[in-house]
Amino acid sequence: MSSLDPMPKICIAGSQGLFLDAASAGFSEPVQQRVLATANLMTQLPGVREVVPGMNNLLVVYSPSDTSVGALMEQLFHAWSHATVNEQVGREIDVPVIYGGHQGEDLAVIAELAKMDVQTFIRLHSEALYQVACVGAMPGFPYLSGLNPKLATPRRSVPRMRLEEGAIIIGGTQAGIMPCSAPSGWHVIGRTELKLFDQQRESPSFLQPGDRIRFSIAGIES
Amino acid sequence: MIEILSTGALNSVQDLGRKGYLNIGVGQSGAMDRLALSTANIMVGNPADYAGLEIVLFPMRLRFVTDCRFAMTGADAPALLDDLELPPNWACNGKAGQILIIHAPRRGARVYLAFAGGIDVPVLMGSRATDLKSGFGGFQGRGLIRGDQLTMNPPRAKSPGSYGLAGVREMPSLTTETVIRVLPAAQYEDFKGEARERFFSELWQVTQETNRMGMRLSGAELKLRSPRELLSHGILPGTIQVPPSGQPIIQMAEANTCGGYPKIANVIDADLSLLAQAPVGSKLRFLEIDLAEAIEAQKQLDHELNTLERALGLTL
Repeated sequence: MSSLDPMPKICIAGSQGLFLDAASAGFSEPVQQRVLATANLMTQLPGVREVVPGMNNLLVVYSPSDTSVGALMEQLFHAWSHATVNEQVGREIDVPVIYGGHQGEDLAVIAELAKMDVQTFIRLHSEALYQVACVGAMPGFPYLSGLNPKLATPRRSVPRMRLEEGAIIIGGTQAGIMPCSAPSGWHVIGRTELKLFDQQRESPSFLQPGDRIRFSIAGIES
Repeated sequence: MIEILSTGALNSVQDLGRKGYLNIGVGQSGAMDRLALSTANIMVGNPADYAGLEIVLFPMRLRFVTDCRFAMTGADAPALLDDLELPPNWACNGKAGQILIIHAPRRGARVYLAFAGGIDVPVLMGSRATDLKSGFGGFQGRGLIRGDQLTMNPPRAKSPGSYGLAGVREMPSLTTETVIRVLPAAQYEDFKGEARERFFSELWQVTQETNRMGMRLSGAELKLRSPRELLSHGILPGTIQVPPSGQPIIQMAEANTCGGYPKIANVIDADLSLLAQAPVGSKLRFLEIDLAEAIEAQKQLDHELNTLERALGLTL
């Protein structure tokens, strides 16, 4: 563990949860790698029911009849300090995107807000390597880090009632892909045909925390 | 088999929910009042986690297409099997052609029906629960509508006569104050002293904006000492979040798996069933306890269900 990593706080999250918070100012990619490595260690422990990585934090759900909170807290600190951070655990996945058009209707507007032309905006969006920091909020929704800061755009003040499944979106400093059609306050810049969530699949979520994503240009519509 | 004659779309097939999918954004779902569904199942000789019906919109009418033993638990609601009035926490046989009508509860908010053998819907991600928010699980991924026909798996136990349970927990009502036990959460100390004090000293009203995802409360405005920007983090049913409005939201069975609002407290798991029965307009009071007491409370509930299962096992 490097001396630059902050020591996490661990606190109780209800009668069956422990919450590890390693966040300092803003999201940190190295901290997230440690969160995911710690999550892997914790899932193997007896009495642990679920391990839920968040953005620079981790929720551990346990069964109080199978383990004690004191023991689990020690195990969590130990896992955090001894986790082997491996940046290559996940897969690298190509996500083909059709930028712009009706299903990317915010592209021109937020390119202008970012003071660049649409072509440059698309290039910067598709050049970056994104990390799936965690999956949550809705089934299969990836929280992506790695957005070029020049493309960051504050969320809409009034959320849309519906963004379509497959929408390629930007909210603040984060990038995302809609796994289903749902309300959202994020901006939509394109679409993909890739199916992110299918409850009938053995592994319903296509993306897992730790996966890396590249958006490739499958088309540009005006 | 039963056929739904009239219902609201929020009445749904539920079991005790999904485990192990929070890390891909799939919530627990399942019965809001787990204790009531478990009890109903045990009363008809099922394991506690079989699928039954959660009824929150009334009147609900169904017809028995074939003979089927059933139990009704949860809210204290007037119910008629043909013209026979059924008391709450009652198990009996529904004969083919009989009609069961359940009216709006006098106390409590949710009625549970379990059927011998359990409702036969596909198991999805380890559970038969309907996730209404995501539109999967249960019966065709949705709430019930008129004309739906639900079949049951073969029952495990023989059918005894009709009987009821006495001394079942009291249901919350508009004239009572429901005490809900909580543990302070991660941002508890970030709230102003006055907010922390009022959180426990004042009454909280359950608002109309209450559903399987969450319960919005109205009361004192809870203010942070200074605004906080939190990164998204995992949350569980029972988490009490405070958005910028200062009015708390309690996450319920279909809680989002991740949230970003500051959390003042967590309702203990042992009190989530009671909370689920607090009707719109009723008043809550929060009581702080410690983790050891919270775990003991859950053990007590588990013990009561085990005792019931053993006691009924002797007679069934």
